[in-house]
Amino acid sequence: MLRIRKGEEAIAQMSESGEARCPCHLSIGQEAIAAGVCAALGAEDTIWGGHRSHGHYLAKGGSLEGLFAEVLGKTTGCAGGRGGSMHLMDTEQGIPGTVPIVAGTVPLAAGSALAYKLRHEARVAVAFFGDGALEEGSVHETLNLAALYRLPMIFVCENNLYSSHLHWTERRVADNLDQAGVFHSVPSQRVDGNQVEAVYNAAREAAVRARLGAGPSFLECRTFRWRGHVGPGSDEDVGVERRGELAEWLARDPIERAEQELAMMSAIDLEPHRAAIDEEIGRALEAARRAAAPDPQRAGEYVCVL
Amino acid sequence: MRTLTYVAAIREAHAQAMAADRRVFLIGQGLWSPWYAGGSLEDLDREFGRERVLDSPVSENAVTGMAVGAALAGMRPIVFHPRLDFLLLAMDPVINQAANWSYLFAGQASVPLVIRAVINRGGEQGAQHSQALHAMFMHVPGLKTVMPATPADAKGLLLAAIDDPNPVLYIDDRWLYAQTGLVPEEMCRTPIGEAAVRRIGSDVTIVGISWMAALALEAAELLANQGIEAEVIDLRSLKPWDQSRVLESARKTRHVIVADPGWRTGGASAEIAATIAAEAFHDLDAPIERVTLPDTPAPTSRAEEQAYYPRPAAIVEAVWRALGRQDQAEAAA
Repeated sequence: MLRIRKGEEAIAQMSESGEARCPCHLSIGQEAIAAGVCAALGAEDTIWGGHRSHGHYLAKGGSLEGLFAEVLGKTTGCAGGRGGSMHLMDTEQGIPGTVPIVAGTVPLAAGSALAYKLRHEARVAVAFFGDGALEEGSVHETLNLAALYRLPMIFVCENNLYSSHLHWTERRVADNLDQAGVFHSVPSQRVDGNQVEAVYNAAREAAVRARLGAGPSFLECRTFRWRGHVGPGSDEDVGVERRGELAEWLARDPIERAEQELAMMSAIDLEPHRAAIDEEIGRALEAARRAAAPDPQRAGEYVCVL
Repeated sequence: MRTLTYVAAIREAHAQAMAADRRVFLIGQGLWSPWYAGGSLEDLDREFGRERVLDSPVSENAVTGMAVGAALAGMRPIVFHPRLDFLLLAMDPVINQAANWSYLFAGQASVPLVIRAVINRGGEQGAQHSQALHAMFMHVPGLKTVMPATPADAKGLLLAAIDDPNPVLYIDDRWLYAQTGLVPEEMCRTPIGEAAVRRIGSDVTIVGISWMAALALEAAELLANQGIEAEVIDLRSLKPWDQSRVLESARKTRHVIVADPGWRTGGASAEIAATIAAEAFHDLDAPIERVTLPDTPAPTSRAEEQAYYPRPAAIVEAVWRALGRQDQAEAAA
């Protein structure tokens, strides 16, 4: 979680300074969901994400250097500099891809789960998406298909209450996203998305179900993003009124809560971990900055593979 | 080689591919129905099991997206849309996802997916069951589009599409299902991007797409009776399309007709004509003629349908215009 937080803070600085020019959607404040879910997965499992997926990518094993270089549009980026912040991948680590079409990867995750099922592999596919994605028909179609085919899949809805600038009350009548799977016979529950252990426990249970062939699960993880929809600032910067929830959610910082819980369990010293993360970030930033920009002469490559 | 119908050739390609490669599976609407796919998938579910032949709910968007995801996870899916019109509900997975994937991730992954869609024109099915939308897909980088016109290509292009590491849209036309022709028994491949010269001629080139290639051959026989020798090219692949073969023929005959079973404005014929005009303008003796559908939706009633779809005479008249036989063209008009 700390690695995600600090990594995204570094990206925020690069966005602010203009060094990073692609749109960056930060998940600061939501780190427990990526960390908790990915801790419950194995190396063979896959995760699919959206526009706000730095955290998912890092939690599943993506490298900071690959992320920073991608955000800077360098050839050493995880997508070769072609994708930017919204297109992250590392197939070796089980990250087939993230895309910014809302809900775009939800059916793709189901398709990978179908592939695992057809090949009798005990693997799980996770679709990460926001609360706004529940307004897309394809998510509902996919819930039904996943249930029908008993796919080894976990739907992880990160409900941060806002879809871009719109509060959920401007988009729905009832606060009932935890019921999204019920109509399609997908077991669904609400989880405190700012409590990493709660997320981990729910995801582990869902992963076990999936591996046993019992089908998909739906988790609504309640959380809040501290920054704006896109970019390093808060939404107030661009004239969007939020409802003053930030102070309340800052007090529920998932990282502070985890640190307190760890401190209660044992006299763990987190300083060496913090120092190691800072050092990793420093090295990754340096490597990303040093890396070459793509050759414009090669901008036509890879439209198709040979 | 033996004689097969177009529809039997499609079915054979599916069956051979599934028998040869465990990664190949089918998903889409109508797969367990005895009639929905016009016999092109008949009993494949019995032969290969319903786990590999999934007759899906009518969720075109998610089903197509699942096929994309399965392709990225190492399978070789064929997602089936019994009407090309239904594919419009799945544009995100086809265009945003499948077609862009390789480029977006710098070739680190691609989507080896076949999207099969059927044009079901005629038969009083109306505007939402008979649209020929191939030009829309031809527009998209990263997506290959093929339209076989013969039984051998119906088999060979489907098998080539399954082999291809990129997404391929395979469009077959119900009007061609009863056509017969020699089809190899083995797993033959028609190279994607290669046109076929179906008839050699020296006076005019007719580039035909899908059933318009068959129509062009009929027109060529009528023209031969009038002493006009037409060269007929069956384009087969729309993206990539065989520019060199078409240009070579255009330079030889110096007169070109493009016969496209789609609409006129922004259509496949417009792209082909523009390319020929740009590359071979000085080798042409006349403006390029196009035979297309009119820019209207497909009508339903039989009388209107008959007026809507071009017949060989439309190609013959286009040839007359191109060759400057104004008297014949005017008499026909």
